[in-house]
Amino acid sequence: MTKAKRNRLIYNIVTYALVIAAFLILQSMIANKTITRSLKGQLVPICCWIVMAVSLNLVIGISGELSLGHAGFMSIGAYTGAVVSGWLLNAFAVENTLLRLVLAIIAGGVMAGILGALIGIPVLRLRGDYLAIVTLAFGEIIRSLVNVLYIGVSDGRLRFSFLTKDMPEGTVMLVDGAKGAVKIKPISTFTVGFVLILITLFVVLNLINSRAGCAIKATRDNRIAAESMGIPVTKYKMIAFTTAAALAGMAGALYGLNSSTVVPTQFTFNQSINVLVFVVLGGLGNVLGSVISATLLTVLPEVLRAFSDYRMLAYAIVLILVMIFTNNPLIRSFVNRLFSPIKRLFRKNKQGGDIA
Amino acid sequence: MKKLFAMMLVVCMLLTGAAALADEPITLRVAHIGPTTGAAALYGLATLHGAEVAVAELNASDSPYHIELINEDDEHNVEKVINAYNAALDAGAQMILGTTTSKPCEAAGAQGYTDRVFFLTPSASAPAVTEDKDNVFQICFNDPNQGLASAQYIADHNLGTKIAVIYNNADVYSTGIRDTFVAEAANKGLEIVSETTFTDETTDFSVQVADAQNNGAEIVFLPMYYTPASLILKIAANKDYHPVFFGVDGMDGILSVDGFDTSLAEGVMLLTPFVASASDEKTVNFVTKYQEAYGETPIQFAADAYDGIYILAAAAEKAGITAEMEPEEVCDLMIAAMQEIAVEGLTGSMTWDESGAVSKTPMAATIINGEYVFE
Repeated sequence: MTKAKRNRLIYNIVTYALVIAAFLILQSMIANKTITRSLKGQLVPICCWIVMAVSLNLVIGISGELSLGHAGFMSIGAYTGAVVSGWLLNAFAVENTLLRLVLAIIAGGVMAGILGALIGIPVLRLRGDYLAIVTLAFGEIIRSLVNVLYIGVSDGRLRFSFLTKDMPEGTVMLVDGAKGAVKIKPISTFTVGFVLILITLFVVLNLINSRAGCAIKATRDNRIAAESMGIPVTKYKMIAFTTAAALAGMAGALYGLNSSTVVPTQFTFNQSINVLVFVVLGGLGNVLGSVISATLLTVLPEVLRAFSDYRMLAYAIVLILVMIFTNNPLIRSFVNRLFSPIKRLFRKNKQGGDIA
Repeated sequence: MKKLFAMMLVVCMLLTGAAALADEPITLRVAHIGPTTGAAALYGLATLHGAEVAVAELNASDSPYHIELINEDDEHNVEKVINAYNAALDAGAQMILGTTTSKPCEAAGAQGYTDRVFFLTPSASAPAVTEDKDNVFQICFNDPNQGLASAQYIADHNLGTKIAVIYNNADVYSTGIRDTFVAEAANKGLEIVSETTFTDETTDFSVQVADAQNNGAEIVFLPMYYTPASLILKIAANKDYHPVFFGVDGMDGILSVDGFDTSLAEGVMLLTPFVASASDEKTVNFVTKYQEAYGETPIQFAADAYDGIYILAAAAEKAGITAEMEPEEVCDLMIAAMQEIAVEGLTGSMTWDESGAVSKTPMAATIINGEYVFE
């Protein structure tokens, strides 16, 4: 095993181990009821934001394209999930919540993936910042469209109408224009969220370390060199972008089915930027970093509730401090020095192991 | 040793304090949830301040119930409102005064329905707020009921029989009110002679106003917010058309539109449960205290929340709530009590049925000399 390979393996194991350990600790806290309501209520949203951050990191950190419409894919997933779940319940009387949730998540992922691919086909052929502009516009278009979209279910059939609410008597509305997706039966669970995180990590980490991942990173680092090596740049960028869109759609379905209602205004440009902040703070291309920063930055505003009106100010200050601290060479070398005895310990142990 | 002594002293004081408090009023822990930051902060702060004025008043009185107010900010956001709700329960809240805005109230109310937590919302007016939930009660009219109340008011006060309706067909609030207004107008023998629509982007209302004028409408019903209403008033004045303009609670605020000539709004009537310039004792008392505490004139939302505190106290007394009860236990008792009480508040005398919607007499204010005046 080469050193690079070993490092990668350790990194992956640490990532999985941390997520699984966090899950087990939280589960035991739920079991013996030491968890606060506040934290318990945030578990599913945290899972969603982790998946969002990791998938966006795939686009920004790994494939080097800037996407500003990630919340758009999330909203597609949320709406699709709500419609699929409502349809299964009302038309087919599927009472099993786990089955509905899983089918809704899959549908959300497929829908967002298809739309992601459709956008990617023309845009990823271009060079420069076009993807940023198009995804930005895409997010806004989706938001405007769902504002005038009506979906209902009656007689076991899904009914769609656009601009005007044109439904027969007795239709159960699933998506009601500006009111958003309504009367959702919340069925998301923390366990499903955890499994979704594991799937996301598995997909993203394997993709990064695969042959395709190497090609994606090559196109990021030097497009011309990669092309001259015979790598089809658009294809690999498409793989990364579509995968990320599908994962965001799955996160969206989980997110939508966690609440009784979803409104278009939840998925604005600001929300996309929020996810971007998770990614940048966690480190571009650093999957574990995305997981940690998404968790901390989702919990932080709630922890800061004690500051009441000043909490957004405190939040901003924390963001700035983290940026400064993680980029300051002095602090970095200090942290390194702090950890060097531990590292040395590991090295010694390993040597000892080799001899034995 | 000193420390131990001090601690013992504290314990002693606490014990004697508790003993002395035994005959004291019961303190309920009520959480106010609303947007105190962000774009809708105006409304959240109004309900918070209104509630605070009422709590200060109640706790200074000899009422058997005192209230400890917990405040949580929901940022007018459907995800944050759940966090705010959970934080409030973690802080020991027994019931919720909130939430201020409709969409978050729908989400939090549904969560409360599952958890069995009682909600009394001062100002969330969408029908979805109370639909399919037995735990949410409203203080304000819901949107369809405003249409109903408007038609009743116009008919009962003989304001006219030929009516024009101009409404925003892209807006839930506007269409909701229009639908019930038109239905009730037919029952009351009112004739709708003109009905025209607009959308959020409309800035020229001359077609709509001309249609109303040509059909000889005596009353123009405007179920909309104040910004489009101000444009309609302007156009009507230009056309020298002076019917009675009748608005709903969204019209509240028309006098503070930038660059709007308030003389155009002379004689405009609007359905509102509260005007700060009214001269009755209750309103004067509330407005004075509010102005002393916060240096501004209270809006309708503040009055609703002020009433909310008294409604909670009255329902708690009826239900026999104690300070030790858990939210789940409080919820069912409060739901039953709410349907039995009648409260005489700032915004009218109110009763509730099991749907959670309020029933109270609609009141309409007229704008005279640039001020809202009750007839």
